[in-house]
Amino acid sequence: MSILPDGRYIDDAPYDPNVDLSALDRSDMDAPNWLLVWRNFKRHKLGLISGIFLFLSYLMLPVAGFIAPYTPNERNADYLYAPPQGISLWHEGRLIGPHVNPTTAVPDLEKYVWTYETDESIAMPLQFFCDGGSYSLFGFIPSDTHMFCAPEGATIFLFGSDRLGRDVFSRILFGAQLSLTVGLIGITVSFLLGITFGSIAGYFGGRTDWTIQRVIEILRSLPELPLWLALSAAVPSNWGPVAVFFIISIILGILDWPGLARAVRSKFLSLREEEYVRAAEMMGAKPARVIHRHLLPNFMSHLIASATLSIPAMILGETALSFLGLGLRAPAVSWGVMLNDAQNLASIEIYPWTAIPMLPIIFVVLAFNFLGDGLRDSLDPYKG
Amino acid sequence: MMFIRYAGYRLITMLLTLWVVSIMVFIIINLPPGDYLSNQIAELQATGQAEGVAKAEFLRVEYALDRPVWEQYFIWVGMAPGPHGFSGLLQGDFGWSFEFDRPVAEIVGDALWMTILVNLAAVLFVYLVALPLGVLAAWRSETWIDYTAAFVGYLGLATPNFLLALILFYYGHKYLGLPIGGLMNPIYEGEPMSFAKMQSVLVHLIVPTFVIGTSGAAAMMQRLRANMLDELSKPYVETAKAKGLAPARLLAKYPLRMAFNPFVADIGNLLPAMVSGSVLVSVVLGLQTIGPALLTALKSQDQFLAAFVLMFVALLTLIGTMISDLLLVLLDPRIRYGARDG
Repeated sequence: MSILPDGRYIDDAPYDPNVDLSALDRSDMDAPNWLLVWRNFKRHKLGLISGIFLFLSYLMLPVAGFIAPYTPNERNADYLYAPPQGISLWHEGRLIGPHVNPTTAVPDLEKYVWTYETDESIAMPLQFFCDGGSYSLFGFIPSDTHMFCAPEGATIFLFGSDRLGRDVFSRILFGAQLSLTVGLIGITVSFLLGITFGSIAGYFGGRTDWTIQRVIEILRSLPELPLWLALSAAVPSNWGPVAVFFIISIILGILDWPGLARAVRSKFLSLREEEYVRAAEMMGAKPARVIHRHLLPNFMSHLIASATLSIPAMILGETALSFLGLGLRAPAVSWGVMLNDAQNLASIEIYPWTAIPMLPIIFVVLAFNFLGDGLRDSLDPYKG
Repeated sequence: MMFIRYAGYRLITMLLTLWVVSIMVFIIINLPPGDYLSNQIAELQATGQAEGVAKAEFLRVEYALDRPVWEQYFIWVGMAPGPHGFSGLLQGDFGWSFEFDRPVAEIVGDALWMTILVNLAAVLFVYLVALPLGVLAAWRSETWIDYTAAFVGYLGLATPNFLLALILFYYGHKYLGLPIGGLMNPIYEGEPMSFAKMQSVLVHLIVPTFVIGTSGAAAMMQRLRANMLDELSKPYVETAKAKGLAPARLLAKYPLRMAFNPFVADIGNLLPAMVSGSVLVSVVLGLQTIGPALLTALKSQDQFLAAFVLMFVALLTLIGTMISDLLLVLLDPRIRYGARDG
């Protein structure tokens, strides 16, 4: 960079007027598809934030037990329906680090509820990396170390405690393990069914197509929830929580595939006529290979975007089923099971914090929606 | 003439669909091992009540539950003679509810009308809210009106229906004095329809309608907004503006009419979700629709009751979809009669 006598700046690099003007964009044009998609996606701020939020949430799942101060079914008989507690840093004007104030339960004999009195004068510092109830890390490493727990003689109920004195915050973390994976398993089932039937219908056409089309129409015209209810009522009540969990996710997926199958089918109908498909067929590729190697990769990304958009429906479905008592059942902890406690007006009025599990549900569902929107908008890098 | 033929064609496809649905429903209902009576018999035998067993055995034969499942299906539908000749859905005999020990028709009775009423109210709500808001959001796109509408819409999509119901009920009662629970004041139950009863029902409908309709209205609004935006960027709108047409008239005359078709066609997607929502919300809010009946029936394997409710719910959506298809054809002459491809 040099400065001309009249104060203007000028670039010292040699200037060649013959260089191709589009060369500047050359790197852009040669960039792989995923890079272009990523660049587009980065511009979609809401989608990006949602993606990060969801990524962190799923990352948290295997170590939920470590982050939660309590285990999900740990009861504190002295603290039934305790209100949310805060962690404060300052005590009587001095910074003494994170601590809680102990609370004691006082029965209110007039209203017949427990009221909790906080003793502001005593500050009890939180413990870190302390021993508590045992849980398993990643599902198989037994451990009893928690990131933080309440000091001896005090409690740490960030979101209050429920009917049995269980910590709502810890239960939300543990509940996420089931509530968030239900959607993933369900979408896998729906994905497999949708791609299989959609590609068969679109590739072979004719009578097969007609039959599958009619099945799709019928399934799409039925209200989902009553069918979910009926199917989950058929789950034997003596099955263990894990089996119930899997069967519920499969039920959620079974009714979701028609939408996906339809999208796959219409894509196939148009792609089937392309030359490269013809070429592959001429060279003797079997239908399965043509579908798998040549057709599906073409719009896999679109499918993933639309799958992202249908996960929320499954999460809400699990919540609704568990809430009605036909989904996951008591020893299992999911957000729907927790909301089952908040089923009546009385608990919303007197113990509003039992409805807190609705917040993570709303956040996760919104995040999936934004992420899906963002993905869908940015998937076509050559457009616009 | 073409229209009547198309309507006939739609009616026949609907009836065929309904038939397939009846098979599905019957299979699903029979999925759990055993039935209400065999469970009862086992229970009675375990407690040693011989006379109850005899009654249950009698009922088993009476309702053909001792026959193979496929035969039971045909008897239930009314296509094969049961112990008392042809008597099934086709003949208007909905079966017997073992749980309540009364005919199914008697139990669901009023609830059927209430279900239709609640769903109709919700559909109306969706259209009344989504139409003006969608148009407004598109007309004033990327202003605070647009953003507020989108925000409320997203919240409506993301909040579980049942919780929204509870919260709205609570605050509606606290601040607006709206009644809690039920579809009418208990004093009017079983009374003939009167003006006061009508009023009571309407007031009770406010919260349920809002809850069931919100997510549908949100989705509908977004789609209408997108369609309107597409239309608004077209040259003819520019021309109309340049010629000095008033905004309201301009909107109503051209773009809205164009954007309106998907709006009507969408009811096919909307209805199943709304009926689902109404079942759930009815259970939570204790509305006298068939939602609570379905839940109890499913929990106790009261198969005829559950099967009938499922059939009714499916019929409701199928009829709704059919009406929307017919409306669409009337509204838009460009749509070819016959197959509608999506």
